[in-house]
Amino acid sequence: MESLEEIKARAEAVVPDAKIEIVLNPGPANQPSLLLEALSALRVARFLHDDPALRLDFCSNATGVDWLDRKVKTTRKVKKLVEGEEKEVDETTEESVPGYLEAVYHLYSMSHKHGPVIIRSRTVNRADDVHLPSLTPVWRSAEMQEREIFDLYGIHFDGHPDLRRILMWDEFVDHPMRKDYVEPDDYEYEPTPHDEVLERAKEHYPARPELEQLTPRE
Amino acid sequence: MSDKIDEGLRSELQKQGIWVTSMQDLYNWGRKNSIWPLQFGLACCAIEMIATAASRYDLARFGGEVFRPSPRQADLMIVAGTVTKKMAPQIVRLYNQMPDPKYVIAMGACAISGGPFKQGYNVLKGIDRYIPVDVYIPGCPPRPEALLHAFMELQRKIDEQKLTGTNKASHLDSAQPSEFPVPAFGAHDLEPSLNSDVFHPPEIERA
Repeated sequence: MESLEEIKARAEAVVPDAKIEIVLNPGPANQPSLLLEALSALRVARFLHDDPALRLDFCSNATGVDWLDRKVKTTRKVKKLVEGEEKEVDETTEESVPGYLEAVYHLYSMSHKHGPVIIRSRTVNRADDVHLPSLTPVWRSAEMQEREIFDLYGIHFDGHPDLRRILMWDEFVDHPMRKDYVEPDDYEYEPTPHDEVLERAKEHYPARPELEQLTPRE
Repeated sequence: MSDKIDEGLRSELQKQGIWVTSMQDLYNWGRKNSIWPLQFGLACCAIEMIATAASRYDLARFGGEVFRPSPRQADLMIVAGTVTKKMAPQIVRLYNQMPDPKYVIAMGACAISGGPFKQGYNVLKGIDRYIPVDVYIPGCPPRPEALLHAFMELQRKIDEQKLTGTNKASHLDSAQPSEFPVPAFGAHDLEPSLNSDVFHPPEIERA
């Protein structure tokens, strides 16, 4: 299979207004992906599916990712007058980057037996503008998985034939896979609580100091 | 009543071909040997339940082979598997649709308490939050022998039920409820999250 850079160049030639970015994934997996923008994602997806050299006819997996708002610290060396002398001083600026929701698709070709090509697209933010184009018209197998992303992450897929919740009930309003999801406070006794569960146990059950000696200290 | 007749006399009469019994014994004997379970499974425990009903373990030896696909004809609800919060109202509704007398076996860790998924947001922490449970079987999943044991335990329980008196069987006591409120789907959780008439969580103090 051709490299991701070649795929990007050919896709941009076919879909002229497409802005495609290659997202590197440093690490053992080393699976870089194509970041598509919402406007042209459907047409690029159609190209990836139909192109005779690629023929990515199988969408094996679609999933969501929640990226929280974060602060990016950048440190620059700035020349400054310190006590009458010009010195190089590190200046740190903090920039807050708004969070977004991301849909990731893993594509393979059944006819050419190659893949995966990973494509992803991001919403504008994770609050009110959470729309992405549905890729179900291109890969039918994305239908249920996009419903799952809609249910658990809250991305609205425009053009999806049947966008309803799939795992949680229709009256449910939260998106449980979002990182700021707050579970219902229904803790119940657990014989061996640990980590987060231990913290919740402490909140729900009164401590007995005379028993504390029996538990090992950290 | 059977407890009023001398056991020795009774066995002596039986040797002579005279069988003395009581309405209660006859009634309970008939019911305990023909318990029709409701045919439904929720998760992997259901596979063990199927094995229990099939030839190797043969639930039919205890009169429980007639799995009914309708709650209207069932005596026993085997809650075999994880009860998700989305499924819980349907389970309670099925229980309500079963005619009295009816019994519930909570099969496996999930049906008892939520099991390995207990701290999850979408799993009910035990079906006993909404309906009364007669026999609990621990295990993940319990082996067919464990389900057979629970079945025999239930038969023992039926055998001991009284037809009259202050501690008579609940289905003969009009003051005892036979239906329980079906929880509603709320915005964040089931509403109510438990039925306090049925479920009494243990008072636990943390070490």
